[in-house]
Amino acid sequence: MRYFKKLVRPYIAWSAVVIIIPLIMMLLYAFTNSGNSLLNIQFTFENFKRFAEPVYLNVFLKSLKLGLLTVAICLVLGYTLAYIIAQFKESTQNVLILLVTVPMWINMLLRTYAWISILSDNGLLNALLSKLGLEPVSMMYTDFAVMIGQVCDFLPFMIIPIHTSLSKMDKSFIEASYDLGANPVQTFFKVVFKLSIPGVLNGVIMVFLLSISTFVIPKLLGGGQYVLMGNLIESQFVSVGDWNFGSAISIILAVIILFAIRWMKKVDAADN
Amino acid sequence: MNTLIELNNITKTFDDQQVLKGINLKIYENEFLTLLGPSGCGKTTTLRIIAGFDEPDCGELLFGGIEISKLPPYKREVNTVFQKYALFPHLDVFENIAFGLNIKKTEKSVVKQKVERMLELVGLSGFEKRDVTSLSGGQQQRVAIARALINEPKVLLLDEPLGALDAKLRKEMQFELKKIQKEVGITFIYVTHDQEEALSMSDTVVVMNDGYIQQIGTPTDVYNEPENRFVASFIGESNIIEGVMIRDCLVSFDDFEFECVDKGFKDNEDVEVVLRPEDIDIVSPEGAKLTGTVESVVFKGVHYEIMVKSKYRSYMIHTTDFCEEGRRVGLSFGPEDIHVMWKMV
Ligand SMILES: Nc1ncnc2c1ncn2[C@@H]1O[C@H](COP(=O)(O)OP(=O)(O)O)[C@@H](O)[C@H]1O
Ligand SMILES: [Mg+2]
Repeated sequence: MRYFKKLVRPYIAWSAVVIIIPLIMMLLYAFTNSGNSLLNIQFTFENFKRFAEPVYLNVFLKSLKLGLLTVAICLVLGYTLAYIIAQFKESTQNVLILLVTVPMWINMLLRTYAWISILSDNGLLNALLSKLGLEPVSMMYTDFAVMIGQVCDFLPFMIIPIHTSLSKMDKSFIEASYDLGANPVQTFFKVVFKLSIPGVLNGVIMVFLLSISTFVIPKLLGGGQYVLMGNLIESQFVSVGDWNFGSAISIILAVIILFAIRWMKKVDAADN
Repeated sequence: MNTLIELNNITKTFDDQQVLKGINLKIYENEFLTLLGPSGCGKTTTLRIIAGFDEPDCGELLFGGIEISKLPPYKREVNTVFQKYALFPHLDVFENIAFGLNIKKTEKSVVKQKVERMLELVGLSGFEKRDVTSLSGGQQQRVAIARALINEPKVLLLDEPLGALDAKLRKEMQFELKKIQKEVGITFIYVTHDQEEALSMSDTVVVMNDGYIQQIGTPTDVYNEPENRFVASFIGESNIIEGVMIRDCLVSFDDFEFECVDKGFKDNEDVEVVLRPEDIDIVSPEGAKLTGTVESVVFKGVHYEIMVKSKYRSYMIHTTDFCEEGRRVGLSFGPEDIHVMWKMV
């Protein structure tokens, strides 16, 4: 064991380089106002104060709302799918889980473009609607489009942890519940769901994280006017060039996520 | 006594392997019945069919005279103590025990009162708020029993409930389980592969092997009057000898004829004879029918286990009297010590 422990050292060194250093850089940028240059540094809280302006706060609230909605939809869909998958025999389950991950093998940009061709005014869905003799609906560049894109992209991250906690659950808990007079519905709510909460929490955290920081999906499916936190940060770095403000927003987002995770874990612990 | 459960010709197959090959069994009210047999003989499967977790392929399962083999487990008046307890880890001791009553929407004050009574019965008063994962094996065991009994089932099923406990605790729990069964006055169906446990606790022992019931009887019956070679060798130690039943009360083996008390065999039928090691006495070789030389002597704590090599076989004898190796001895036993069994085909 001791020998193998040494093997981890290059990894630690590597992590330090690619994670810690950028993080320090970000902190540095967030608390300074000297633009992109690291010469004549001046410390300031201006970048953080700026975030309190209504424009930015609204972006934040919109991101939060969309993120929570995405999490809620992913949770209902993901739990249902994970539960159904867990009912099959083990070899089938492995295949089904592999299928769930298939979209993840395809570039996210491509998947999102696929949604454009489905949702656009002369896309697949509208073609189908007109075949059925219905009025075409404009779906692109709406909350709905962004939502569909996010849910489909992030669903596997909800399914997998929930499926893991369901499939490794000892069947004798379910039998014990039946034995004590609980019917399948009661057993689900009083035993199965309760025991799968750790998986649910992991899924919720993953999806929330992904959805609050994404910028590709709102950009492509929401259009240029559609700004979420991810887009805000991206634009500060890429088009506006205000790395200081961009870093500050990133840090605010990171802190909020950290607190959200801590709060959920606490609720879970208090529940037990 | 009234019949409570009746299994008629129950069979069960798991992927091509027939696990139960026709089980016929009557279980009575207030009875402590034990399914005893080696691992893999189908005890757990029988229990799971009674609980409703498995459905038999063929045969009838009657509960109070009514066919229930298609009834789901949550509708049966039966509760189970699982082999690994299966206590709900997300609930504390009180909530685990109250689970069944809460499902039935019992009034809170009644639940509280009943849980306390159950905790008292199993000797865990004051443990209400404890986390079940923090309990020792023996304590978890008691919680599992309380959780089942609080529903006032007509039958309690226990699948090797003491399997995970150490020897001393096992003895204690055996005694306590028997006490609890008498106190609540319901039928216990108990599964074990430990013959000593089965003999010391049960009213009725059902010896199983390879998907068949080998013998049903009181502990004394199955020990003293084993019906076949399997039962004789599985329960206690024994000398099993092939012989011929000359006529009622006369059997011949190892070149001699012996008086016995067994009847009902055909004249000159091939049989097997059981001699329990503790029923054989070592005497002087003069005048004894069977003689031999002492082959080995092993001290077993209370008795010596002595092997005596005779003309056809080695006999095992348990006695408190020492006897040195190499000595010529005679073997003696009375008519009532000879148990004649059907020969297994
Ligand atoms: N669900 C199952 N699927 C396949 N085989 C099983 C299943 N349950 C039990 N068996 C097989 O049935 C046989 C009897 O099992 P069991 O009733 O558990 O025996 P016991 O409790 O007497 O040890 C064993 O060979 C076991 O492998
Ligand atoms: Mg078993």
